[in-house]
Amino acid sequence: MTNEEILSSFSCVLGDILGDDSVKLAMETKREDVAGWDSFSYVTFIAAVEIELGVKFKIAEVESFENVGAIVAATRKMLS
Amino acid sequence: MLNWLPVPQNFRAQLQAASRVPEADVRLERLTALAQHQLGIVETIQLDRALEGFRNIIPSTASRVRLAILASSTVDHLIPAIRVAGLRRRLFIDVHVGGYGQYRQDLFDTSSRLHEFAPQVVLFTVSAREALAGIQLGASDEEARDAIARYVDDLRSLWRQARNAFQATVVQQTFLDVTDSVFGSFDRCVSASPAQLVAQLNNQVGLAAASDRALIVDVARASERDGRGVWFDKARWFQAKQEIAPQAAPMFGELVVRVLAAQRGLSKKCLVLDLDNTLWHGVIGDDGLEGIVVGEGTAVGEAHLALQRYAKQLSARGVILAVCSKNDLATAEEVFEKHPDMILKRSDFAAFFANWTDKAENLKAIATQLNIGIDTLVFVDDNPMERCRIRQALPMVGVPELPDDVTDYVRCLAEAGYFEAVAFTEEDQQRGAHYSENVEREALRGSMENMDDFLRHLEMSVNSGPFTPANIGRVTQLINKTNQFHLTSRRYTLDEVSRFAAAPDCLTLQFRLADRFGDNGIVSAMILLPEEKEHDVLVIDTWVMSCRVFGRQLEAEAMNVAVEKAQEKGVREIRGEYIPSAKNSVVRRLFEHLGFAAETPEVSLNGKTRWHLKLADYTPKETRISRISE
Repeated sequence: MTNEEILSSFSCVLGDILGDDSVKLAMETKREDVAGWDSFSYVTFIAAVEIELGVKFKIAEVESFENVGAIVAATRKMLS
Repeated sequence: MLNWLPVPQNFRAQLQAASRVPEADVRLERLTALAQHQLGIVETIQLDRALEGFRNIIPSTASRVRLAILASSTVDHLIPAIRVAGLRRRLFIDVHVGGYGQYRQDLFDTSSRLHEFAPQVVLFTVSAREALAGIQLGASDEEARDAIARYVDDLRSLWRQARNAFQATVVQQTFLDVTDSVFGSFDRCVSASPAQLVAQLNNQVGLAAASDRALIVDVARASERDGRGVWFDKARWFQAKQEIAPQAAPMFGELVVRVLAAQRGLSKKCLVLDLDNTLWHGVIGDDGLEGIVVGEGTAVGEAHLALQRYAKQLSARGVILAVCSKNDLATAEEVFEKHPDMILKRSDFAAFFANWTDKAENLKAIATQLNIGIDTLVFVDDNPMERCRIRQALPMVGVPELPDDVTDYVRCLAEAGYFEAVAFTEEDQQRGAHYSENVEREALRGSMENMDDFLRHLEMSVNSGPFTPANIGRVTQLINKTNQFHLTSRRYTLDEVSRFAAAPDCLTLQFRLADRFGDNGIVSAMILLPEEKEHDVLVIDTWVMSCRVFGRQLEAEAMNVAVEKAQEKGVREIRGEYIPSAKNSVVRRLFEHLGFAAETPEVSLNGKTRWHLKLADYTPKETRISRISE
């Protein structure tokens, strides 16, 4: 999957979780940039992405992703 | 997860379309239909969100439930799944989650938000970690047993508190085994090994629940079935203290709501089976008795036999069996009579519809013949077209999406949980016999000139008495499962019914009807409560009767008994009320037929009517039912 494909899949999952069709994630997006993306919906998002893409993030990563780009990079590494 | 439900097609578009429907009731129907699909965690969250708009417009009727979850782990992520599982059964569940690990304080502190919420159901979802924390690996058998017993006693005191404070139904979740092996296989032989402790804990909690009549939600069993990895994700535990993984949420919600629905009498009652390629391999009309495959000796024959065996087990616990098949009647019946390997016999079925009529019509006819609601049927058919047809024509019927391979038919049906039970009574064990006796009664009715002749030839007798510990289980079940002959549609827990039975100023009556074909068991129950400030007036708070005995004059004889018992207590007047529900129109004019006078104005806003009977003026009704004293 390309970065773009992963981003679009992330945007879709997060939009569904938050009930907001306008969610459009970019590599540099941070959690605080997205309205409603609190720690609770973050855990749900991680769980949903793991199920959807069949990946499993390390818990050290999950706690320290600096921005969406870092999650995308970790995902790509697992998918390759 | 939710493997018995069909996979949704284009869920997002369907949800959007449904959400845009302007009429609230149509929109709700569409959302309810969407809930009958295999939904993942994200879809569940989306559907739950679409429900938000309804929270204020749904009236607080019987279909609304206030559920409090008292937990020692994070459970917020499970709430959407509970509400969606509720929607699947047309129950609207308001959920309150107590403070994280604060359940003890919440329960005892009358100023807590929990008390303000006043739950009707309290679900305890407690982690085994907490229960077993103090037990050393080297603890002796006895020490381990005592520690667990103490913990379970403590839980029981919490259950008591929930009952005392709210009159709530208590639901206890079993403990997930999230332990890792310490000794290897030898764990089994060490009483205080973590795995053994959890196993003992679950055993003890099960026994305690049975004796205290708490309901159980068995996630431990589900996790054994689905695999621990599905239910428990250590990463989610470390990150968010979620003991139940988000991906298991839809199944968790389903398990919880099944139990709530079962207690409200919403479980299915009748299993309707297709024949060809369902109960046996092959088509009887084409392949003939020698051509179809069923029985030991071939894998496929054994797999179909396994479904028959399972249906037989369900029948033994009170599920009614019926056949709905496209076949000639004689051809279909011949298999049950002549094929030596069939486990199910013709007499196991209370209704047998083998014909060429549309199956939706047949299902309606089955419900009518058995005098049960069409929403209590489960339809099992290997043919996807037939399933699809029934889902469209009769969305209230349970239609499991059978897997392609007959190997998994039983598993699919079992996982679907249609027949969830909260009790197992003697009555349940006799039900199959009751329905086959009914076939004989119907034959007698057909041979009689008129109704009175029929009733006279039935040679009926009634045995009545108060609620006692011996019959209170069945009485409670009857109150909670009866929808049609139920004047007020009130539901009571066993504790509540026991309180009525023990109160000296209440009058409780249960009726057992027998006739020449057999004993119908306890088929009616009545609770009369004293009117406030009028000591010589009793009000019929609850009166239920099994639909099996409608039209046999039992209502009249029951009232004769009630009047006598009331007079013995010095009562001067009995009052009654009728509260209309979606299903109880059959008793709309009951009080009038029994000689009660209507209060004016007769009809109040919601269709409720009130009635009274002066006992001095009462003339006992003549019936064909004789009395047997208890």
